[in-house]
Amino acid sequence: MTLPVHEPGASQPHPRGTGRNPATGTRRTGRHQPRVTTRVDSGEAEQFSVLGRPLDRVDGHAKTTGRARYSAEYAYPNLAHAALVCSTIPRGRITAIDTAAAAALPGVLAVLTHHNAPALKPPQKPTPVNLATLAPGTTVNYLNTDEVHWNGQPVAVVVAETVDIALAAARLVRPSYTELPSTLDFKAAVPDAHPQRRNAMLMPGGGSKGDAEAALAAAPVSVDLRFTTPMHNHNALEPHATTAVWDGDELTVHDGTQNIDWTRRHLAHRFGLPLARVRVISTFVGGGFGGKGSVWAGTILAPLAARATGRPVRLMLTREDVYRTVGGRTPSIQRVALGATADGRLTSLIHTSITQLGRVGGHPEQVVSQSRHLYAAENILVEQRQVDLDAVANTSMRAPGESIGTYALEVGMDELAYRVGLDPIELRRRNEPERNPLDGKAFSHRRVLETFAIGAERFGWAARTPEPGSMRDGRWLVGMGVAAAYHPAWQLPASVTVRLAADGSVVVKCAFHEIGVGAATAQAQITAHALGVPVEAIRVEHGDSDLPAGPGAGGSAQTASVASSLLEACAKVRREVFELAGRSADSPLRGRRLADVRARAGGLFAGAAGETYARILTRAGRSHVDGVVGSTSRLGELADQARFVAKFLRDGRRWVKAASGAQFCEVRVDPDTGEVRVSRWAGVFDIGTVVNAKTAASQLRGGIVMGIGLALGEETLVDPATGRIVNATLAEYHVPVHADVPHIDVTCLDDPDPTMPLGVLGAGEVGITGVGAAVANAVFHATGRRIRDLPITLDKLL
Amino acid sequence: MKDFGYLAAADVATAVREIRPGAKFLGGGTNLVDLMREGVESPDTVIDISRLPLTGIDTGPDGTVRIGALVRNSDLAAHPMIRARFPMLAQAVLMGASGQLRNMATVGGNLLQRTRCPYFYDGTLPCNKREPGSGCAAIGGFNRMHAILGTSESCIATHPSDMCVALAALDATVEVESVRGTRRIPLLDFHRLPGDTPHVETALEPDELITAVELPANPVAALSRYRKVRDRASYAFALVSVAAALRVEDGRVAAVRLALGGVAAKPWRAVEAERVLTGAPATDAEFDRAAGAELAQAVPQSANGFKIELAKRTITATLRRLAEGTPA
Repeated sequence: MTLPVHEPGASQPHPRGTGRNPATGTRRTGRHQPRVTTRVDSGEAEQFSVLGRPLDRVDGHAKTTGRARYSAEYAYPNLAHAALVCSTIPRGRITAIDTAAAAALPGVLAVLTHHNAPALKPPQKPTPVNLATLAPGTTVNYLNTDEVHWNGQPVAVVVAETVDIALAAARLVRPSYTELPSTLDFKAAVPDAHPQRRNAMLMPGGGSKGDAEAALAAAPVSVDLRFTTPMHNHNALEPHATTAVWDGDELTVHDGTQNIDWTRRHLAHRFGLPLARVRVISTFVGGGFGGKGSVWAGTILAPLAARATGRPVRLMLTREDVYRTVGGRTPSIQRVALGATADGRLTSLIHTSITQLGRVGGHPEQVVSQSRHLYAAENILVEQRQVDLDAVANTSMRAPGESIGTYALEVGMDELAYRVGLDPIELRRRNEPERNPLDGKAFSHRRVLETFAIGAERFGWAARTPEPGSMRDGRWLVGMGVAAAYHPAWQLPASVTVRLAADGSVVVKCAFHEIGVGAATAQAQITAHALGVPVEAIRVEHGDSDLPAGPGAGGSAQTASVASSLLEACAKVRREVFELAGRSADSPLRGRRLADVRARAGGLFAGAAGETYARILTRAGRSHVDGVVGSTSRLGELADQARFVAKFLRDGRRWVKAASGAQFCEVRVDPDTGEVRVSRWAGVFDIGTVVNAKTAASQLRGGIVMGIGLALGEETLVDPATGRIVNATLAEYHVPVHADVPHIDVTCLDDPDPTMPLGVLGAGEVGITGVGAAVANAVFHATGRRIRDLPITLDKLL
Repeated sequence: MKDFGYLAAADVATAVREIRPGAKFLGGGTNLVDLMREGVESPDTVIDISRLPLTGIDTGPDGTVRIGALVRNSDLAAHPMIRARFPMLAQAVLMGASGQLRNMATVGGNLLQRTRCPYFYDGTLPCNKREPGSGCAAIGGFNRMHAILGTSESCIATHPSDMCVALAALDATVEVESVRGTRRIPLLDFHRLPGDTPHVETALEPDELITAVELPANPVAALSRYRKVRDRASYAFALVSVAAALRVEDGRVAAVRLALGGVAAKPWRAVEAERVLTGAPATDAEFDRAAGAELAQAVPQSANGFKIELAKRTITATLRRLAEGTPA
């Protein structure tokens, strides 16, 4: 493993030109004609980087043996337990809360309401000067107000000696309300949809080129389609949990979060504490999917309860509490209209969406995002509108926007392919853009068509007969569908410290998040790659606000974001070690040029001449060398943030960056009952550099599984009369079970993006994109029925 | 969950002596404990009957099979004689719940499963079954999963059991015991339609304990299958299920047993369809006609009208496969 010793930067070319297929462990060579060859033998592998290897997770043993502790598993002495009482009306004011019966239950320590809860500062207004102001999921000042803004808002907290007592007592709390008029029904509110409000921190949702409506009307071939998708909930395995401990006015919080830094800053603000007095620990998180990206009620109410009772308090939400107090994915209504020439060249692409916002929070979902980038239409119109409901604030959920946006766009492309009489892959080939269709920006990297070509080969697309209903297996109707996957690549600021010790061991410190994806493993591999040391010599410390601040785990950006700073920190370490070596006449590196030096075999080498880190540091009398990236002072942080924003904007003007791919789905449909079973899947992805073939494939596969849920089962049912979520349970909210998931063949191009740190584009979200469309297109191929309303349940096929 | 007393009964006599208002028998606990956690059930005492000697599966001299009330679902489904003589029963049990739940759940408890209507579970919304007289939020609400047969203006909930659908087709009898003695209730009379008392779900008296289920010898039962149609491949309640047994002689239906699940507050024996089919040609057209006759009395709600067509199609498809001799 070697790496040229020079300053890494955003435009640093990736050192490798070859890669491996994570699904098979095979390697391919060459940039444009991938060949799947046999597995590399160990001798050959030595000359390749540790990057990409399918290493087991560094924390896998701790997780599988229960040693890894999650936020509800910290047992403090004298720990008390909290339970939520949530509103049962959608909007109004609390006129009274009868807490007598709850308070009288033996073991109850306190029943906190807006009458007796400690005062909190209200959430700040979002400002680009302080991105942490984006942290709160809602603007509600819980237990500091008599106002109710949605059915399920927490209105009281019971603290008790045991969790069972707390839950039993919570049922005995009786709030009374005066109801106020409310808007609850998403579809009924559509006429009141307003254009997307400009928000300083969000990219504009809309855009246009030419006159798309006129071009649509004039097009020889066209489709004009309406789609709906329902509300979804994340359903991470670990329900949101917070353990809060006060020591005087110092607050320590164990909280399953995707954003430690924002959580810490938000809690400091709400409780009126200096930042230094708040510590947030989130070592392991049992899944997030965006549901833990904002600060929701439980994270605030646990420390509130702890302050009120003087006891450490654990608040683990019930599954029902998660549905009621944490937002999900907005429902959507979408229009996709495509006009084309007779030979399938797009003359018009229109994609518009209506989504929902809570009146007390939520972000406009970027539903049309991919439609700005995927196809070379002459005329384009993309537009987003929103309705305001008295509902729990919506939030990010895996590939917010693209997961449901690709469903509509890619079903539209399939319908157009049938109209034009083209194979759907050929239709995409004819509309592959050279540059970003909307504004002519360059793609940093674009290999969408190659993913289709490889996928077609692996999946056996050529065996498909295009006529709907033409393929059968016994009594089953068989269908094959295809769709593009697309997710933008992001990079966020991160502070990282790397310490190389005289014994050759390395400690990496960064408060990034391990939400189940294998983040520590990936960063250990990147460190091994950059310093030329074995992975076993590296310890990665993460998930604690006492460490240098990491990026949020969102936008598929964490790996690249940490990698950027980590590579810079490692470069600093190498340079300092090189300088130390050069001071000694004994060093074979003396007189060499830094540019000729490679980090490998636990040291620095110029050709065969070199020596180990241990030898250099020991001779220099140094116990360690630190590489520090990122400032710990407030001024330094602001400067870092300004630098980051400047680079972000500069990059955004130059390039469109994205992970992409092709999803291939085979379904079987029972002709009598309409039951749909996904029987085969192949996904081919361009996620840039693959850091760990095993964990990357797992992330992509998990995205596809979640997409199968989106396609076939998942739907949060909101009662239009009361705004109450009716199926707030995993028994009635249908995520896929094992029997719903076939073998999933995952392939990555493993080709670095030239503009991203280490060439990484991100793997967390692109896997779910395109899945809904691939399933819907396969169902059409099997049955001749177009289902434009998710989920595709059997009643829609009868 | 509310605090409750716990008593482990050593024998049936103790169990039926100790039962009283406010107490509940605890078998596998897979449904009762769930309901207690949700606050729907709140017994003050739980009488644990799981150690009672009611775990046998025995065949009498006339071929009648006696299944103890505490036979675990997994053991029932795996029993070679049950699989050979009553395949629909083994299949129905295996299509319910998950392996872990079936390892705990008992035959007696399965009979007493309560509905999965979401409004029954949510204590903040009206439900005549949970709180008589409060109303029914499912009528006009989300009722895609709800009943199309035997509903009332008080309740449109379904019975969630798969096992009971097979038992309904197999003319099972439920044996119950109390301090007043032993009583036998035909399974078809065991569960009740809602009428205006949907909270009264069975013919079981509050002080009675289910001790066994009996299946009469029935040669046609060996030619049977259970077909469950649901929203995902496993771990979901039936939208519609069909338990069917069919013997065809000279192209005509010589014997048929048919019951439906997921369509009513009780396992629904398709008496009308059986009447139409008996002696009729074993053809798709006759299967369709019989299914139509059975479903003629169906009443759709706002979101479950598809169940009528789905039930007809599933009946026909299941009978067709039996007529073709297709292995289950």
